[in-house]
Amino acid sequence: MGRRVMAQVAMVMNLDKCIGCHTCSVTCKQAWTNRAGTEYVWFNNVETRPGQGYPRGYEDQEKWQGGWIRTKSGRLKLRSGGRFKKLLTIFASPTQPGIDDYYEPWTYDYETLTTAPLGDDFPVARPKSLITGQDMAIKASANWDDALGGIAETGDQDPIVKKLREQANQQIKFEYEKSFMFFVPRICEHCLNPSCMASCPSGAIYKRSEDGIVLVDQDRCRGWRQCITGCPYKKIYFNHRSGKAEKCTMCYPRLEVGLPTVCSETCVGRLRYLGIILYDPEKVTKAALADEQDLYESQLDLMLDPSDPQVIADARASGIPDDWLSAAQRSPVYALIKHFKVALPLHPEYRTMPMVWYIPPLSPVVDLLKSQGHDAEAGGNLFGAIDALRIPLEYLAELFTAGDVETVRLVLQKLAAMRSYMRDVTLGRPLQPELAEAVGMSTEALEQMYRLLAIAKYDERYVIPTAHVAEAHNLEEMACSLDFEGGPGAGGNGAFASGSGRPIPIALESFAETKARRDAAEASR
Amino acid sequence: MEFLIWGALPYAVAVMLISGLIWRYRYDQFGWTTRSSELLESKVLKVASPLFHFAILVVLMGHLVGLLIPMAVTNWLGIDNHDYHRGALIGGGFAGICLVVGLVLLLWRRSTKGAVLRATTTNDKIMYLVLATVIGLGLVATLTGGIGPGGEEHNYRETVSVWFRSLLMFHPDVAAMQAATWQFKVHVLMGLTLFAILPFTRLVHSFTAPLHYLFRPYIVYRSRGDGKTLSRTARGRGWDPVGTPDNARGRR
Repeated sequence: MGRRVMAQVAMVMNLDKCIGCHTCSVTCKQAWTNRAGTEYVWFNNVETRPGQGYPRGYEDQEKWQGGWIRTKSGRLKLRSGGRFKKLLTIFASPTQPGIDDYYEPWTYDYETLTTAPLGDDFPVARPKSLITGQDMAIKASANWDDALGGIAETGDQDPIVKKLREQANQQIKFEYEKSFMFFVPRICEHCLNPSCMASCPSGAIYKRSEDGIVLVDQDRCRGWRQCITGCPYKKIYFNHRSGKAEKCTMCYPRLEVGLPTVCSETCVGRLRYLGIILYDPEKVTKAALADEQDLYESQLDLMLDPSDPQVIADARASGIPDDWLSAAQRSPVYALIKHFKVALPLHPEYRTMPMVWYIPPLSPVVDLLKSQGHDAEAGGNLFGAIDALRIPLEYLAELFTAGDVETVRLVLQKLAAMRSYMRDVTLGRPLQPELAEAVGMSTEALEQMYRLLAIAKYDERYVIPTAHVAEAHNLEEMACSLDFEGGPGAGGNGAFASGSGRPIPIALESFAETKARRDAAEASR
Repeated sequence: MEFLIWGALPYAVAVMLISGLIWRYRYDQFGWTTRSSELLESKVLKVASPLFHFAILVVLMGHLVGLLIPMAVTNWLGIDNHDYHRGALIGGGFAGICLVVGLVLLLWRRSTKGAVLRATTTNDKIMYLVLATVIGLGLVATLTGGIGPGGEEHNYRETVSVWFRSLLMFHPDVAAMQAATWQFKVHVLMGLTLFAILPFTRLVHSFTAPLHYLFRPYIVYRSRGDGKTLSRTARGRGWDPVGTPDNARGRR
């Protein structure tokens, strides 16, 4: 019996390119959470770093109890407690964030602007709470500290800043606003070892075995809200209207037909990469038990080389179709994560094995050099500056490697080497292959990486195999065979007719509906 | 008339409860939820909700013991009637008081915290009214139902319990129930009402207590094609549009 191989859709974001425009957040919201009960829900949000994030301070797991811990006996345990404790505290979840930890959503009383009687004062559209319907004072929102707004006041509330200060045991003066700022767009991590799923008493959260996308079954969710505590990234939200948990769907209806997610498609910086990786599901738990700073490596080890003949044979035996295998071989995500090793997981220490990875930003370093009058893209200057900027490095390490500074340093050096080397190529100057050697790469690899990161062609950023054809056919077969025009199954929509329980993939359904509408319109002409 | 109430009505209620649950499970899984308001208010909830829920579990156990175990059995075990009632009054009374305190706190929270009140549907209000009446009458019955109108002693284990067990045998002993005091009669009647409306309220969440959580694997894989991923909820039921007026209009 060979090893079992599973495919997982993963994302990489190149933080150097994020300008914090929030287009991904807005388009995602329009597509998915523009509904009652989800006003405060951002499947995708963009956080300014340093900053508190959303919900505020979510990274403080002492407080929020998300993710897994390794017990003294070497087993994985939910930080918020085992199964019995979860059931005993089900009547009032002990550490669920309240609406104030997010923000009270609001709209404006726009009608007053047009209906106010003529008078001396200009009419004002007052903010109205979408929770209580009453007038309200706006105190916070999803990006209240956007672009370091108010950082002098709130900087200390960033859990990572807090931790670094405790470690340094000295007062680090808050000069971040001069030297150091970047944006982190966040979606659900679609983890290999999701703690939200493990926390769900109903078993309503599941991982799709074909592509690893983590979804909430809206029918089976009973609103026990343990997943919200369980997720350390706080990327499961409670729809207070429907009483169900909701989360990022990785835009699965789009992925199934080969389209990138809405956030990826609309990203003006073109910083997102989508592809699949292959992994061995049997090894996930063991990998999640590594020492904190080894979790990055252990997660790398989980990912299998899609060009290895043995992996290909095992994947075929596990039922992974050939077009998926070829997509895995061309996967930009695999290239950035495992081949070039420039992408890092967000908070590996939560032990959930997240699958949305980040290329840490070199730009703050470059900007600083430039502002000091240096040649910001000369290899020597950049390498020196990376070493000198201790605090940004430590900060990035807390985000991406559980505090292991060396890994982050090497990634930034690779990015610096690529910049310097490619500048010489572009300007026709003598090349410096020693830059590549210094970071343990070949010049060809630097150029390939440049192509993927800087040129970033659409079809190289997104390599998405479609839902397999044979399977789609099976889904069609499952429809009622009596359901032809005028047949006994062709009832109207309703509780007892064909409207319920008829399996049609969403993308096909909307296509069919559109077509039916168009045909009807043409027939009536 | 009394035969209709004590002989036929319980079966009608049972049919309504069971068929209602099946119907809801089949066609409104999406509506099957606790609809927790913890997101909106948690300080009071953290005290009141566990108090209420644990108390109601104890009360439920008490009811099962009192209704299902015949007096002959406890007598045979050597527990005399006096001891039994003292135990029931102390244990049940304590749980009952916790239950009432919890319920009062929850109702106070629901009616005074704007966000929670706004999340309360008409359906919820009717349910709370019935639930509160049942619990209140239960306490009244426990405290005052032991003495009949003529001052004679009344033991519910010789009336209500006998009637309840006779229902399970499909041979309703209407006379036994007729012999009960009015407090018990009203409590039972309101209890039947509660069971009849239960499948159509948010109380359905009690029927999906997630005990299987203790045994299921932590990570759940599901295939896209296994058909379980598709909703069985009837069309027209689902997510609502956003907006202040919509919130009021679309309220269920």
